Amino acid sequence: MEKIIAGKNITVNEEGYLTDFSQWDEQVGEALAAEANIPLSARHWEILKYLQNEQKNQVALSIRRIGKSGVTDIKEFYQLFPNAPLKTATKIAGIPKPASCI
Amino acid sequence: MSENNGAIKKMMIILSKGTLENVYAAFVLANGARMEGIESEIFFTFFGLEAVHKKKLEHLHVATVGNPAMHMPTMLGGLPGMEALASSMMKKEMEKIDMPDVHEFLDILTASGVKLWACKLAMDMFHYKKEDLYEGVDAVITVGDFYKQSQGEGVHMLFV
Repeated sequence: MEKIIAGKNITVNEEGYLTDFSQWDEQVGEALAAEANIPLSARHWEILKYLQNEQKNQVALSIRRIGKSGVTDIKEFYQLFPNAPLKTATKIAGIPKPASCI
Repeated sequence: MSENNGAIKKMMIILSKGTLENVYAAFVLANGARMEGIESEIFFTFFGLEAVHKKKLEHLHVATVGNPAMHMPTMLGGLPGMEALASSMMKKEMEKIDMPDVHEFLDILTASGVKLWACKLAMDMFHYKKEDLYEGVDAVITVGDFYKQSQGEGVHMLFV
């Protein structure tokens, strides 16, 4: 379905995840973060770029992998993206929700 | 179900078994809750304490006897070394699907904000001391403390 994010028409799935990453830009990221009540800092952006890069390389994302990323650790990840960090961060990054149990 | 549309706010998981499959079940459920933004806490009691005992947590096994789902004759499962073999095979499979070992899993749980409690009664029974336990264990508490900890709306309790 279509949703207006940061003044643009964006295609999202029923959970609000972008279905076409080419529609994502930093303003869209900012708007999605505002929806989740997360003001984005430079640290947030480092992690979002990391997630997008992993997605590009088709790496399956999990909390364990975040812990081993070298970009952040699990504790900080939960602090920066409270409440379901992996789900929230991937949504802001414009990439699919990871189907991971760990 | 009326309160908050039945939303789950916190999972209180009681782990009473020390076999690998039960420990992993409890850990995956606790971690999965945190990943969904749900609080979670684990109460380790009886053999479940082995999962947080420093010297034992690296040596947990799957049960090969009395476990029909292993599809192994009970007599065969009882042979020396069989449990260790089955356990090492299972651990290999788990690594393949990116499943951490018990120690690393405990690190992930504590970093994710999962509270870990050890049962006082079981500690006394096994003559364990707090310093025998994994350092991330929050405290040794009574069952009454655990119930107090479980108060609130949307709290669910699960026994493994």
